[in-house]
Amino acid sequence: MSMFSLEAKLKRQALLDLAFRSLTRVSAFGVLVLLAAIIASLVIGSMPAIHAFGFGFLTSPEWDPVNDKFGALIPIVGTLITSGIALLIAIPVSFGIAIFLTELSPRILRRPLGIAIELLAGIPSIIYGMWGLFVFAPLFADHVEPWLNNHIGPLPFIGEFFMGAPMGIGILTASIILSIMVIPFITSVMRDVFDVVPTLLKESAYGLGATTWEVMWKVVLPYTKVGVAGGIMLGLGRALGETMAVTFVIGNAHELGKSLLNPGNSISSALANEFTEAIGELYTSSLIELGLILFFITFVVLALARYMLYKLGKREGQAA
Amino acid sequence: MTNNSLYTRRRIINGAGLTVSVLAMGFGLFWLCWILWTLVANGLPALTAAVFTQMTPPPGSSGGLLNAIAGSLMMTVLGTIIGTPIGILAGTYLAEFGQRGWMAPVTRFINDILLSAPSIVIGLFVYEVYVVQIKHFSGWAGALALAILVIPIVIRTTENMLRLVPSTLREAAAALGAPQWKIINFVTLRAARAGIITGVMLAIARISGETAPLLFTALNNQFWSSNMNQPMASLPGVIFQFAMSPYEDWKSLAWAGALLITLSVLTLNILARVLFRQSSTTH
Amino acid sequence: MSTETIITNPKVIVKDLNFHYGNYRALKDINLNIAEKMVTAFIGPSGCGKSTLLRTFNRMYELYPKQKATGEIILDGANVLDAKQDLNMLRAKIGMVFQKPTPFPMSIYDNIAFGVKLYENLSKHDMEARVEWALRKAALWTEVKDKLKQSGTGLSGGQQQRLCIARAIAVKPQVLLLDEPTSALDPISTAHIEKLIDELKEDFTIVIVTHNMQQAARVSDYTAYMYLGDLIEFGETSTVFTNPKRKETEDYITGRFG
Repeated sequence: MSMFSLEAKLKRQALLDLAFRSLTRVSAFGVLVLLAAIIASLVIGSMPAIHAFGFGFLTSPEWDPVNDKFGALIPIVGTLITSGIALLIAIPVSFGIAIFLTELSPRILRRPLGIAIELLAGIPSIIYGMWGLFVFAPLFADHVEPWLNNHIGPLPFIGEFFMGAPMGIGILTASIILSIMVIPFITSVMRDVFDVVPTLLKESAYGLGATTWEVMWKVVLPYTKVGVAGGIMLGLGRALGETMAVTFVIGNAHELGKSLLNPGNSISSALANEFTEAIGELYTSSLIELGLILFFITFVVLALARYMLYKLGKREGQAA
Repeated sequence: MTNNSLYTRRRIINGAGLTVSVLAMGFGLFWLCWILWTLVANGLPALTAAVFTQMTPPPGSSGGLLNAIAGSLMMTVLGTIIGTPIGILAGTYLAEFGQRGWMAPVTRFINDILLSAPSIVIGLFVYEVYVVQIKHFSGWAGALALAILVIPIVIRTTENMLRLVPSTLREAAAALGAPQWKIINFVTLRAARAGIITGVMLAIARISGETAPLLFTALNNQFWSSNMNQPMASLPGVIFQFAMSPYEDWKSLAWAGALLITLSVLTLNILARVLFRQSSTTH
Repeated sequence: MSTETIITNPKVIVKDLNFHYGNYRALKDINLNIAEKMVTAFIGPSGCGKSTLLRTFNRMYELYPKQKATGEIILDGANVLDAKQDLNMLRAKIGMVFQKPTPFPMSIYDNIAFGVKLYENLSKHDMEARVEWALRKAALWTEVKDKLKQSGTGLSGGQQQRLCIARAIAVKPQVLLLDEPTSALDPISTAHIEKLIDELKEDFTIVIVTHNMQQAARVSDYTAYMYLGDLIEFGETSTVFTNPKRKETEDYITGRFG
């Protein structure tokens, strides 16, 4: 091969290298642009509502499309409460499942059972919604809610949260269905972080005569607590943004009752129900501002989650 | 003696804890079985040939889901086609070029957040930047929203899978004098292929069940339309509309659709895992 | 230390070579000559810098951040470490085989053709001839000639390593770097590869890193003993092994240390 053609070839390769590297870099940069664009578009879209209502938007419980008066308090509270209750249920269950799958399950069952739990995350959220509305809510109304009314209702302090007409749909139903949906996410992170615990550490605890429960509770959990917290935050992020399942069963009422059995609303279900039917700039803009608030809350929660998971990963990296 | 009672207490706590753990596992499986059973019980009787051959009917009459199935397929396929290459390229950047500088860690962090960002906000975003501009809902807008959901998933798996490729393989290709673009395209990405395909399949599974991002983008369409520039029906969208309606015919079609969509999503999920497992054992 | 052994036909000349991983100095003022069409072995305990030294020859370290070499490595009158040196061109001239077999995820044929296609436009017929030539040189031809289209990852470990050798020599490099090429192989495959090294030195200048002293004694003409980033002793293999000049070398090769 002549020197000339070799040189040309090398030049071409260097050029292609540069082109390919730039292409991947631009694509990665696109992610940052995407985030900026999402925030910008939501902010611009909510400008009319921000001008009209200011910070009062966050604290006003009013939602009156007829008179063009909007406040986000009810959907915000609904979103936070449903997600919070969902976590209360999901955290212990996920921890139990994660223990089962890492320590207790017979080896041959580990994979299929693990996949089964992950399939729970694979079921589309609209299916949870339908099932919740048509199957779960009626049973809940007939058998659970009357019981709550009769037995928990009379109790002091917490009683009033469980008093109300047994309609089946409402905040509590939405929370329970949300909890089922986030269990697989939290479980999967817990399993992953439990796996990073050095076998030697567990074996030395067992070697001292610790029981399985003590090993999990006193060795594995403290070792992985940052990661577990990250997994919980990740589940919270999912629950906050979940739309379809909640929309079916929360009742879509812009009211704020004390009882968890009452219908309520969440940010995402208000959007799903009202956005395409919203008439007028202020109505649309208020809904977009709701979206902005939701994005902000989930962003903070997810950022915290990632930070915690990175922290655990980093410690692991140093130990290795 | 005290020692003995302490030990007994520890054993009881252990037994209780582990029992709760088994119960938790049962709790999880219970919901899965219940939901799947409901779907089969309600969906199977409604799943007639007409579902696949007729259009969505007006209220109170019978029909099928053909336009919704076709719309879902078109938007899912296009969303995947748009999102996958961008995701693979960006994931490649993070794994192969991102060792130096601020951009890769920041991008990775943002991408991980977008990975679990509420999909309804993505729908809102596409509505704002696209639907408002062209002044009508369209299949393209739906595909675009789905593509935005695909990108972070593909980025994540691509990066993870590329990191699993042993660095000696890169070195071996570099030692032959191969330029970097060739090393990555013909050796590294190829070695990570099975994992990346799995990731894409999981992304398809995720978006084919998504409803929220389509509500404000593709909207819905009662009639047959293969025009991506028009509002377009989707299976989840139709299920939402029909399930919330008071009409029995619509509800039963919604169940048929629900069964269909769950079966395909779960099949994709399982298939992806099996394929990945197979290919990783042969290597 | 100075190069006490006179090599009349050096293919590679290493002068005052230093290497840093971040702040850690992994090679200290290395000076040595690599004889053309001979086998030179680098030995020493783990962490002594023998692999690092090998990887400076084709600047493999540049794939990673924070690694830096200074000094000179002269190949054909040009300094390999010169910033103007084209990396890909350099690596095409210097082949390398690694600790573990690294077959690419493609067919046996394509594994070998991959490197050749980078710098040569061969006709289909010529390429087939080249693939056969390389496989014959690597003593693999008879075992794989009927399954060239099958994946290279399906071969046994020893076969995979010979495939990697074939792939490295197919581009007709001038120098062949072997980084502990038999450390992942069984004794029979190891014997195969050692025999191969002996044959290959007719055509190539070979540098081998090994932790196995018997292997160094069996296959090499020259041996360099390294310790903690220093080149302790360098000379003809027979001399180093039977009559080492330095006490440290003697301790190491007689097994009293390392």
